[in-house]
Amino acid sequence: MCCQRCGAALHLRKPDSIARTWAFLIAAYILYVPANVLPMMRTGSLFGAQSDTIMSGVVYLWHSGSWHIALVVFIASIVVPLAKMFSLTYLLISVQLGWTTRPLERTKLYRILEFVGPWSMLDVFVVMILVALVQLKGLASIQPGLAVAAFGAVVVLTMFAAMAFDPRLLWEPKERHHV
Amino acid sequence: MFDESRGPDLTDIPSAIAKPKRKSSPQLIWLIPIVAVLIGGWLAVKTILDQGPTITISFETAEGIEAGKTKVKYKNIDIGEVKSVAFSKDLKNIVLKVEMHKGVAPHLVEDVRFWIVKPRISGGQVSGLGTLFSGSYIQMDLGESSTRREEFVGLEVEPPNTDEKPGRQFVLQGKNLGSHDVGTPVLFRRIKVGKVAVNELNQDGSGITLKIFVESPYDKFVNANSRFWDVSGIDITADATGVKVNTEGLMSILLGGIAFEAPAGSGSLPEADPDTAFTLFPDRTAAMKQPDAEMLMFTMYFGESLRGLTVGAPVELNGVGIGEVKSIRTEFSEQLDHFIFPVDVAIFPGRLRAMSRVGVADPTPAEQKARIDKYIENGLRAQLKTGSLLTGQMYISLDLFPKATPAKIDWTRKPAVFPTQPGMMVELQATLMNISKKLEDMPIGQISADLRTALQSLNRTLVGAEQMVKRMDKEVTPAAKSALDDARRMLNTANQTLASDAPLQQDLRTSLRELSRAAESLRELTDLLERQPESLIRGKKESKR
Repeated sequence: MCCQRCGAALHLRKPDSIARTWAFLIAAYILYVPANVLPMMRTGSLFGAQSDTIMSGVVYLWHSGSWHIALVVFIASIVVPLAKMFSLTYLLISVQLGWTTRPLERTKLYRILEFVGPWSMLDVFVVMILVALVQLKGLASIQPGLAVAAFGAVVVLTMFAAMAFDPRLLWEPKERHHV
Repeated sequence: MFDESRGPDLTDIPSAIAKPKRKSSPQLIWLIPIVAVLIGGWLAVKTILDQGPTITISFETAEGIEAGKTKVKYKNIDIGEVKSVAFSKDLKNIVLKVEMHKGVAPHLVEDVRFWIVKPRISGGQVSGLGTLFSGSYIQMDLGESSTRREEFVGLEVEPPNTDEKPGRQFVLQGKNLGSHDVGTPVLFRRIKVGKVAVNELNQDGSGITLKIFVESPYDKFVNANSRFWDVSGIDITADATGVKVNTEGLMSILLGGIAFEAPAGSGSLPEADPDTAFTLFPDRTAAMKQPDAEMLMFTMYFGESLRGLTVGAPVELNGVGIGEVKSIRTEFSEQLDHFIFPVDVAIFPGRLRAMSRVGVADPTPAEQKARIDKYIENGLRAQLKTGSLLTGQMYISLDLFPKATPAKIDWTRKPAVFPTQPGMMVELQATLMNISKKLEDMPIGQISADLRTALQSLNRTLVGAEQMVKRMDKEVTPAAKSALDDARRMLNTANQTLASDAPLQQDLRTSLRELSRAAESLRELTDLLERQPESLIRGKKESKR
C-alpha cells in the first residue's frame, strides 16, 4: 500500500520487522565483542603509553577509589547495551514463539528500550572529548582505539534494531487468540 | 487545527491503494550482520596478527616490575610489555610473561639479553633517571644468533657497553677494586675516554678483573704496551725520593678512575685488540716502570740498622735508579752468634742500557760479570743512604770508594754478594761515639769539686760584698745627706745674690752707668784735643757760630 498524496509506502505492520531487528541485533552482538576486547583509548604520556579497554578502565577507576564513577561507566557502557540487546532478543523470541503472557509489560520494556538508546553513547562522548582536549604533544596525548568505533556501532545498531522492531507484534497473538 | 476554508476536504482524502508486494528481497537486511561479522572478523584477525610473540624472562628479583605496566625497551622505545609476574615452580626466580611487539619477533634469538634498568647514580653519571618517574623497565639488547627462542634468563647486572657506541673493550687485572665502580671513568691524558663496564672478583679471589670500555676514536691510543693505573683519590707517596702528591684531577679524587698511557717510544706499536688483558697498576710510577725482564740479583750485608729501608726502595747509581730492594731476610751469622739481615736487591741493567745511546749491543752474561768485577775492583760499593730526612726512608746507593778495602764478587753464590761500605750514618755515628768517649774521659768529678770550691769562695766574696754595702748604707748615707743639704743651701744663696732685684745687681747697674758717662766725657775730651790740640795750653776756644 502506498499513500495517494505522497507516495509513501504504508504498512499495517513494519515490514520485515522481525528479520530486520534480528539482523541489527546480531550485528550488534558481533560488534560488542571487539568493543569490549579492543582498547578504547591509548593514553600516551611522558612516562609511557597505556591502552585501556572499557573493562580495564572500570577496574582502574574502581581501584583508584572513584567507585561511583566506575559504577556509572560500568552501567552506561556495559550493563545498558547488554540489557538492551538481551531484552530485544527476549522480545523477538517472545513474538516469534507467539507468547501471549504480559504483552503490556513487554510493550513497556520496549518503550524503555527506545528511550534509553542514545544514552549508551556516553563512552564514545567521553573518549571523543578527551581525544580532542588532551593533545599536549610531548607531554600527553590520547588517541581513540578501534573499540570506540565498534562500541558506537553497537549503540547505533541496537537503536536501529529497536526502531525496526514493531511493538504491535507483541499484541498479535493475543488478538489472534481473541479472534 | 483544520481551517474550514483551507482545510483539506476530508472527503478528498484518497484511500490508500494496495500495491502488489514488491519483490524486495528481505534478505538485503542480512547484509548488516554480515558486514558486522566481516568487521568483527577483520578486527579479530588484525588484533591477532598485530600481537607479537609472548616470551618469558626469568629474573632473580623483579624490583619495580609491575604486570601490565612495565615496558620492555630497546633504544628507549617500547617493544613490549610485561603481562604477568609469577614465581617459578621452585619459588627461586620470578618469571615474567612479556608480550613483545610484532616487529621484534625475528630478533628474539638465543643470545638476546634482558636486564632491569633502575636509576643509578655512580661513577660521575646519573643513569636511568627516567625510571624515577616511569618505574623500572626491562632493557633488551640484540643478539647475533639465528636460533629463535621464547624463554630467556634475564641478567641481574647491566651488561657492558649497551650504548652500542663504537669502541673496544679491554680487560684489566688488578689487586683490589679501589673505587672502580661500574661507570668509573677511564682517562687518557685526563680526558674521559671510556668507563669501567664490569668489575668482578677473580674465581680464586686472587684479585679483580675489570672490563673497561674505551670509546672510539680514543681506543686507538691503547696499544700492546699501554699501562693502566689507578688514579683513585689522591696518591701520596713518601719514599726515599721525597713526598709526592699526585692526582688526576678533582673528578678522579671524588670518583676514582683509571688512567692509561703508553710509555714514551711505544707510540708506533699497533693498536691493541679488543679484550686484550692488561695489568692495573696501583699508581703511575709503578705502571710506567720499564718492564725489567733482565735483572741481576745481589745480596748485600749491611752492618748497620736497616731501619727505613723497605722492600721496593731504590738502588741508585749516581742518583739514577737502576734497581730496587726485593726482600730483607734474616740469617744466622756463620758463627751462629747473632742475626744478620741480608738485603736482596735486583739490578736492572736494561735501565742503564735504555738510557745509553742507542746501538750498544747487549753484553753477554760473562761480559757483564767481568764488567761488574772491574767496577768492584775500582771501588764500587753499596752504601745505605738516607733518602729523605723528613721520612727517614733509606735507599741503597752504589758509589765509587777508591779507598775501600778490596773486595771481589763471588759469582758462585746465588745470589752473589755485593760488597758494601758503611754508610754515612755509620760514620756519623762513629764520630759521635768518639766525641762521647772523650766526654767520658774528662775528669768531671774533679772539675765539679773545683767548681764547687770556686763557687763556695765566690759565695763568700758575695757575702763580704753584701756586708760592705750594708755598712756603706749605714755610715756613708747620713754624711752624704748633710753634704747635699749644705750644697743646696749654698746654691740658694747664690741664687738670691744673682736675682735681678738684688742690691748687688742694682749697685752694679748704677756704677756701670756712671762708668759709661765717664767714658763719654773722655771721648769728648779726646775729640777736642784732636781738633784743637792747642786748647790744652790755651784753653777751650769759643765756637764762632
